[in-house]
Parts: sequence; structure tokens; C-alpha cells
Amino acid sequence: MSLYRDEGIVLRTQKLGEADRIVTLLTRRTGLVRAVGKGVRRTKSRFGARLEPFSHVDLQLHTGRTLDIVTQADTLHAYGGPLVADYPRYTAGTAMLETAEKIVIVEKDPALRQFLLLLGGLRTLAGGGHDPRLVLDAYMLRSLAVAGYAPALEECARCGSQGTHRNFAVHAGGMVCTVCRPAGSATPAPAVVALMLALLRGDWEHADASTERDRGQCSGLVAAYLQWHLENGIRSLRLVERA
Amino acid sequence: MYEGAVQNLIDELGRLPGVGPKSAQRIAFHLLSAETADVKRLVGALVEVKERVRFCSVCGNVAEESECRICRDPRRDTSVICVVEESKDVVAIERTREFRGRYHVLGGAISPIEGVGPDDLRIKELMTRLADGQVTELILATDPNLEGEATATYLARLLKPLGLRVTRLASGLPVGGDLEYADEVTLGRAFEGRRSLDF
Repeated sequence: MSLYRDEGIVLRTQKLGEADRIVTLLTRRTGLVRAVGKGVRRTKSRFGARLEPFSHVDLQLHTGRTLDIVTQADTLHAYGGPLVADYPRYTAGTAMLETAEKIVIVEKDPALRQFLLLLGGLRTLAGGGHDPRLVLDAYMLRSLAVAGYAPALEECARCGSQGTHRNFAVHAGGMVCTVCRPAGSATPAPAVVALMLALLRGDWEHADASTERDRGQCSGLVAAYLQWHLENGIRSLRLVERA
Repeated sequence: MYEGAVQNLIDELGRLPGVGPKSAQRIAFHLLSAETADVKRLVGALVEVKERVRFCSVCGNVAEESECRICRDPRRDTSVICVVEESKDVVAIERTREFRGRYHVLGGAISPIEGVGPDDLRIKELMTRLADGQVTELILATDPNLEGEATATYLARLLKPLGLRVTRLASGLPVGGDLEYADEVTLGRAFEGRRSLDF
């Protein structure tokens, strides 16, 4: 497979040498791919603008020894334009890209559901219909669920007893009952847990009606939960701005 | 592995950006065979750059005194500031001979994924410069990539309450190229920023 075609979302770009870039992509069929875009930093590059973060592109790649090489790129959707014009949306989007890169750890291992989730997330974020922080939290919760780390919200994460519990323990895996509750558990308001559940299920009517305070608490819990289970910090989260 | 001094030199050269182990070895052996006077001139230039060059206290550009040549020049227009990411961009704009105002070097662009936020750039210094009310126009000349655009958006939002004229460099077709080879993002920008031809 020296030459192959795929579609992907650009997650990150890093400068390489004089005018090249290393482009990290989440692709539909191949999974996470790191490829070199030759000469893309030159102003006369034919596809430099297409290989910017948030771009959904149709690609032709050449398999290299360590990194693949982008030989052709065509834009399918350029989400960067609408996102960069709105700073809070841009920062939330960057956190989504970084999460995707850290959650799909293994290169060239197909991750179709993560790809579709990110594509849908970026489309929603660029559409501008919802608070960017809600879109980010919904994306994080669902990408965790796809990776097998969905938080337990309707049962105790330890003993499995059904019902509405009051405590949330990040390292236990979600809500915990009073018997299982470990030290240092958070006690979120019931509305916060309901918001997390709505975001996980895609109930936007409920999520959009939530209060600013509940959204703040929800974001804090989701961020802590994600970073604990990824065993990795998401650097962009520090810079995410509220709309 | 070579002996002491040669290996040290290769290791040091290898730490430079874009210089891999093979290139480092090639440069090291070139220096070994070069005239002593040439090597001394290189050493002198390296020491001098570290001793004499600092950053301009006003704009953040590289300078040999507390203020750079452009900030000291009384003929430059003090009412316009051009905001750029790096000192290299100042040189690129100076080459055009189109701009007679002053500069402000941010020292990078906002890139959350790399952990670079607004507080890591020289934005506070820019706001201080604008406080005396002398400046009437600010040209945002950050790179035309995603990070550069995000930085421009952030600055435009921050500067809006000051009532300044904030402009952004145009994006579009490169001079000397063919239209059919332009990508859709660039061509779209060129359409957005089209101008009327009034004769």
C-alpha cells in the first residue's frame, strides 16, 4: 500500500524544516496518521490552506518509512474559517482536536466511530447553534464513551446499584452511592448530573436550557474525568473561553 | 563516536534547528578544515550576537540598543502600528517599502494545543503602547494560518472598545501565479477581499 486514499480531519500541524509541516490527521479508514505536507508553508503552496487544523479533507498519501507524505489534498469542509472568527468557539474546537489526538493513541489503527464523532462535533460547533462549551463537553463525554470510559451516571460506579446518587468520584468512574463513596468525592447538584446525561445522550433541548452555573460545574467534572482516564493533560482546556 | 572536541562540536551543532546528526558531522568537518581566521570570525559573530543583541523595549524587535532602529527613527509615522508575530516578519514587511509606521512584535501566536495563550504573548505591552492615544490605526499582520487568524480575532475583540481603526492584511492570490491552481480557501478569501477598480 504505497499510495492510498482516505478522508481525514487535520488535528494538528507542526513545522518541519524550511517549509514543510507534519500534519496529524484522524482519518476515516486508517485512523490516526502522521504525514508530511511538503512545502505547505510557502505562500505558493497548492494545498497549504487545505491542511490547516479543523479541515476535513480528501487525501492521497504515500506510505513513507516513518511518516507518510501527502501527495494530494482536496477540501471537503473547511471548519477553520467559521471557528477562527469566534474566539470561544476556536478554543473549544482546539480542545476537541487535542482530545481526539490523545484518545486515539495508536497510529494507523482504524477508529471510525471517533472520526464520525469528531466530524459531527466540529459541524455542530461551526454551525453555532449551541454554547461552544456544551458542544465540547458533549464531545468529550461521547468520545470517552466510544473509548469505553463512559461515566456511570445512573448507577453506582462501584457496586452498580441503580438510582440517583449524590456523589461523583472521578477515579471511581462516575456517580457513587453513599456506601461506596471514596474520600474526596464531589457532590454536584442533581441538575449538573442531569446535564451530563443530556450531553451524553444528545438531548440538546435539555442542555440548551441549563443554567450558566450548572454548565460551569459540569465542565469542571468532565474535564477532570477526561484527564484522569486519559492519564494525560489536555493543554488547550486551560485556554477554553466561555462565550 | 569521535574523540572529545570533535564529538562535542557535532553534539552542539546537532542541537540547532533543522540540523540532523549527518549535517552536524558535515559542518563539523568543514569547520575543522577551514582557515583559523574564518572560524574565529564565526566565533566572534556568535559571541557578539549574544552580547550585543537584545529586544527593543518598545516593540520587542531585535535591537542593539534599548530601542530598535525603527522605534528610534523620528521619520516613522507614530500613529500606525503593525502587529507581527516574529522579528522575521518585520524584515519581510520592511522589504516591501510600503509601510512607514512602527511595529509591535508579539513573540508568537495563540496556539492552545501548544499551550500558548494570550498571556504568553506581548499583548499587555501593546495595550500599554496604545494608552497614550497617539495611535489611530493598528494593522494586524499575523500569519495567514489558523493560529495567526485566531490571534487577530482575539486582538480585534480586545481592541474594539478603544475605538481604533483595526485592519487585517489582505489574503488572496499570490502575484505571478495561475488562478486555476489556487486552492478554494485562498480563492474564497480573494473574493471576500476584492476591491473596486476606480479609474
